[in-house]
Formats: sequence, C-alpha cells, structure tokens
Amino acid sequence: MSPKIEKPVVTTYGDYEMILPDNPLRKVVSEVPFGADDNDDPVARAEKALAELSPEFSGWMDEECERLDLARHAVKAKGFVKQTHSDLFHAAHDIKGEAATFGFPAVASAADSLCRLLEHTPDIGKIPLNLVDQHVDAVRAIYREYARSDAKDVAAVLTNRLREVTDDFLVNQNRHRPEYLNGIIGPPLVPADIA
Amino acid sequence: MVRIEFNRLRFLVVDDNAHMRRILRTLLHGFGTREVYEAEDGAAGLESFNHFMPDIVLTDWAMPIFDGLELTQMIRQPGANGNPYVPIIMLTGHSEKKRVMAARDAGVTEFLAKPISAKSLYQRIVNVVANPRPFIKTKNYFGPDRRRNVNPNYVGPERRRGGRADVIRQQALMDKAKTPG
Repeated sequence: MSPKIEKPVVTTYGDYEMILPDNPLRKVVSEVPFGADDNDDPVARAEKALAELSPEFSGWMDEECERLDLARHAVKAKGFVKQTHSDLFHAAHDIKGEAATFGFPAVASAADSLCRLLEHTPDIGKIPLNLVDQHVDAVRAIYREYARSDAKDVAAVLTNRLREVTDDFLVNQNRHRPEYLNGIIGPPLVPADIA
Repeated sequence: MVRIEFNRLRFLVVDDNAHMRRILRTLLHGFGTREVYEAEDGAAGLESFNHFMPDIVLTDWAMPIFDGLELTQMIRQPGANGNPYVPIIMLTGHSEKKRVMAARDAGVTEFLAKPISAKSLYQRIVNVVANPRPFIKTKNYFGPDRRRNVNPNYVGPERRRGGRADVIRQQALMDKAKTPG
C-alpha cells in the first residue's frame, strides 16, 4: 500500500512536542475473534519458505568463510589499516549474524570473539596477528568439521579458550579506561545460546 | 490476536550482505508480502526510501557509505522526506547495551538482534503495525517515544503531566533485545 500521511496531531509540552501521526498501516490490521477458526499461520509459511531455501546455505557459508580468509590474508599483507581492519571485522560480523540462520550456530561464537578483538582493541596496530589467525582458522575448522558427532563440543572448548585469551588481551589493552572495559567485559546482552 | 494483511505492505530491506537480503525477502514473501525492495548500502537505501515510499524499513547496522544508524537519522528528518514516521526495524549482530541505546536514540522503532527467526521478525512487524507509538520532538531528538513503561519509583519532575498519551505500555527495547531471535 502507498502511505498517505495526514497531518499529525501535535501536543506541546514544556520543551518538547508529542506527535500522534496518522497511522495508514491500521488498514491492514484486523482483530481475530477469540475462538475463531483461523488456520492462517504466516510464521509457519515463512519457516517453510526458509526451509526450501536451506539447501543453499552451506554454499553461502563457504563464501562467507572464503571472504573471511581473504580479509585475513589482506591484513597479513598490508597490516592493520582502516580498510583491512574494516573488511575483516565485517566478514566476521556477518558470520556471527548469519551462522545460526544457516544452520551452523556453533560457528557464530568464534566469529563473535574475533569481532570483539577487532572492535575493542584501542590501537589496531597492536592486534596480535597470531590471535587473528587462530580465530579465522577456528571459524573455518568448526564449519568444515560440522558433520562430526563431537563438533559442537570441540567448538565450545575451542571458542571458550579463544574468548578467554581475547578477554585477557582486551583487559590489558583497555586497563587505562575502566568505564569502557566495564561495558565490554561481562555477559553478553544476548543469551549465550544464540550469541 | 491480530491478523496483518501482508500483501498490502511494502517493505524496503537495506543490508550490504546479499545472503541476508535473500533471507529477509524469503521470510517476507512467506508472510505474504508481495512488494519487497532492496538496497545494499545506506545511500542506496535512502534513495530507495524516497522513491518507493515503503511502509516499513528493515535495515542492517553495519554497512558501507553510511550505516543503518545514519540512514535512520536521515529518514527521521521532519520535512526532509515523505514519511519521517515510517517504522524502522534494525536487524543487527550488535547487541551490546550501548548499541541498543544508540539505535533507540537515533529513532529506530524496533531492534532485532541476529540471528533472526521468522517468529521474531513477525513479532516486530506486528508490533510496529498494530501498536504504533507517538513521536517525540525535542531540540535534539525526533523519533518514536522512547518511554515504553512506567517506573513507579521515579523521583523527579513529571514533564508529561496531563497528556492523554502519558503511558505507553510496551516492552523495553533492552528487554526485547535480550529475547532470542
């Protein structure tokens, strides 16, 4: 539908205005009476559509892991400069966000740890390349070995250790700014099982 | 319970990752939406927003040229474009408290931490369609009301006395961000 914005109702208070804009979207909302026979399930339809797309997911993960590897090699060739740092961060960040949707949730935690290392080291020139290597190799290995029966257990041990080493490094690098440190060390806002 | 006629809604998806755009398009089509437009960065997203006039914007945070936060700030410019009140749902891998607060302060309507699911996306869409919040305009903010609940222990001056929209009962953005995607 094409939104037609009517003039909003504005109430002025001391130093601000409260605006009640017209809501053109209300026309697409209807109440379903309690007990009504409603077999329409848009969530189930969307899940089915996603399941039909899922055969492509492992190919997409291949591409994302390849992109991460290329970004890692660019860092090693050119050092950490703004562009190489950004490319590596975004490659890791995309894997963190997509891995669970693609069916590989255990990959996300290692990618998340790499994101933390890249984002919270105040001087990017001090990011240890060997720790970057270990993260990238871990992401790729966890994905590659995902079919193994012990893959998730091994991934958890590996990722926890990477996270410990990364947190120790970040504590050291941010020791002169405790307020920032408090914001990055501690439990993540998102539950661990999906982070 | 409410029913949404998704076939009457027009969406704009702004994400630099082609895979995530495909996922979102698939989910939206699954809900019943026909019109889904895509843009791969903030600049193209703003252009598409002004051209297609979507009913709802789904945007990633981290993108080239300008990011989802900057896109939100540009859309929330009264008078600068056709619909500064458009619902904006930010989908992002950033889930830290300061990030959620920054998204809220930029004027984002809903925040959805990745990984996303059909259910979590559906819930956010239903909320922005069925339960729109008033907008607040101050010297340095224009966007959906950031107050979603009442703090009975609040001590201080009450700046909204007498208004009919004093209380907007919705789950706090921080709490929603904690909800599994």
